[in-house]
Amino acid sequence: MQELLNKIAIGIEKGNKKAVLEDVQAALDANIKVESIMNDGLIKGMEELGAKWKRNEVFVPEVLIAARTLTAALEAIKPILAQQGVKPKGKAVIGTVKGDLHDIGKNLVKMMMVGAGFEVVDLGVDVSEAKFIEALEENQPDILLLSALLTTTMPQQKAVIDAITAAQLRDKVKIMVGGAPVTQEFADEIGADAYTQDAASAAERAVKFVS
Amino acid sequence: MGKEFNKVLYDLDSFVYGKSLYPVKLKNGLEIGGGLILPELNFTLPNMLFNESTFPKVIEQYRSIIDEACKRAVELSVPGFVAEVELLPDATYRPEWGIEITKVVREVMYEYEQKHQLKSGLRLTPVDIREDLNSEHMWHGEFWDKIMRIFEEGAKAGADFLSIESIGGKDVHDEAIMYCNIKQSIFGLGVLGCMDMKRLWGSITEIAEKTGTVSAGDTACGFANTAMVLADRGYIPKVFAAVIRVLAVVRSLVAYEEGAVGPHKDCGYEGVYIKAITGTPISMEGKTSACAHLSPVGNIAAAVADLWSNESVQNLKLLGGMAPTVYMEQLAYDCRLMNTATKKGHSAVLLLRDLLTDSDSYYDPQAYVLRPDVVLKLSAEILKGKDHFERTKLAGLAAIRVLREAYENKEVLISEREVPWLDMLQNEIESIPADVNVFTQEMIEGNTSAKFEPKKYDL
Repeated sequence: MQELLNKIAIGIEKGNKKAVLEDVQAALDANIKVESIMNDGLIKGMEELGAKWKRNEVFVPEVLIAARTLTAALEAIKPILAQQGVKPKGKAVIGTVKGDLHDIGKNLVKMMMVGAGFEVVDLGVDVSEAKFIEALEENQPDILLLSALLTTTMPQQKAVIDAITAAQLRDKVKIMVGGAPVTQEFADEIGADAYTQDAASAAERAVKFVS
Repeated sequence: MGKEFNKVLYDLDSFVYGKSLYPVKLKNGLEIGGGLILPELNFTLPNMLFNESTFPKVIEQYRSIIDEACKRAVELSVPGFVAEVELLPDATYRPEWGIEITKVVREVMYEYEQKHQLKSGLRLTPVDIREDLNSEHMWHGEFWDKIMRIFEEGAKAGADFLSIESIGGKDVHDEAIMYCNIKQSIFGLGVLGCMDMKRLWGSITEIAEKTGTVSAGDTACGFANTAMVLADRGYIPKVFAAVIRVLAVVRSLVAYEEGAVGPHKDCGYEGVYIKAITGTPISMEGKTSACAHLSPVGNIAAAVADLWSNESVQNLKLLGGMAPTVYMEQLAYDCRLMNTATKKGHSAVLLLRDLLTDSDSYYDPQAYVLRPDVVLKLSAEILKGKDHFERTKLAGLAAIRVLREAYENKEVLISEREVPWLDMLQNEIESIPADVNVFTQEMIEGNTSAKFEPKKYDL
């Protein structure tokens, strides 16, 4: 059993989608618990790759390809996970605020979050306060991530937080902000729960919120 | 292609800063590439909301930025400069706002020209809002119309140079960078990007001709600078970013095939290749753009520049004054030094150019591909291609070959873990089919980018 789970973890690290899907099926056929397949195979592989990333041994594309493989594998076992009541590490909603079309940073954070075991709902770019609130009501996430790359769209992060407060949803979600011009000071000023400098640390901080 | 470029126009001895084969001269006598290197100042708003109610404050910000910068330029006897108004998205979605900003900034510049004989030119750069997912087509519709309206009415409001950071092909290229997918990069830059540049720059040049303004040039900022920033953070290999820079040459060159005459935009570091191939002047940014982003090319970027820029700085108060004023001062001193070398004679120019070059080129492959000698060599390789697609592939292969040789000769620092990427990238490029239509079909069928809609390009 352990051998098969290790194989899944290595497959994730290598981003070998075909092999991972085959090994996951083999694990299911061998009656290995789906929760174990997820945590001790799929997520473990991502965690090991994350450690390599921290040691500067791999580049982001390798992490993203692994995250893509993880997503495909989780999708394949989703019905079984749901049937057995196994939940992801957490749920997050992410988007770039209104007036801002930048999305590379947001997409990196999204993939890092997926890699950390979160289910992520991506609202895209140029997202209004109303859309964020609608997404919070519909998905009830643990974490909301707001991205902004322009000095003139940073204030929109505050507008979103204010709107969430007005909608009486503020105490139901942790809000993280990021983007090139955003600082810890600004995050404090607008009432965000966290600010991180890059995608990898955003995912790490998010994990702490749900642990 | 419209105008064809088939040969490299400089030898190493004549490829220098401040001087281009085809200088651009404005009606007020300001000349770019005519012998002097001049500052190009770029600025943006501080952290503030931009909407109907704040617009008067926005206008006041722009007015005070340019007024104080011009004042400093006069104090430092700057012989001339270019200001760039790089519009924010709000001012492009509402063209009347962008046009008003242009008018206000230019009026202040005119005042200084009349009162203090400070010659200047205004570069107008709207945001390419066709990136908006609601944009129905690349070459028509509401978003295209707004951009064209800003160019036309902005020109009438006083803009001298028309530029844009266009985004054709970026819809696939963003993903290409994140995954270091060189085939996807070549599709984004060498196929979609070139297709779009042709249509876009044909139209911008028409407006420039109609309004008596200058069709200046583009930048592959959204492509190669995105790669540069990610490489600086250690997210992707620097060799990948260096190769992307060279791939971007063919795409940025299309503006000139369609009638642009320069100066090429500051953040497009591929501009050095544009100068080598077209003889038009270029703007570059280096250490003075550290206010906007990191770069490994702080000195080398100036080696053959005709305008010297700061990319963009927020209007914040520093101890020395407001940040754009401070940057005007820094640019002015850099340019004064370089122009003093020019007065001393050609050997002084070559010495300074080579010092700027050699001080950076060893430390990063992205700097190495900007070496004047490397630029001339790679440009010749690129021009061997018969069309944009073939040229883009040749650009990639030649850049990889040059980097590998430089690494083996210990002329450039490439980390051990990046070296295998050179082979991987080469193998990928060599696997691309020769026929652009076959390649296009293959890329459309295998597309994984949610942002890319072939029908927007009539594909």
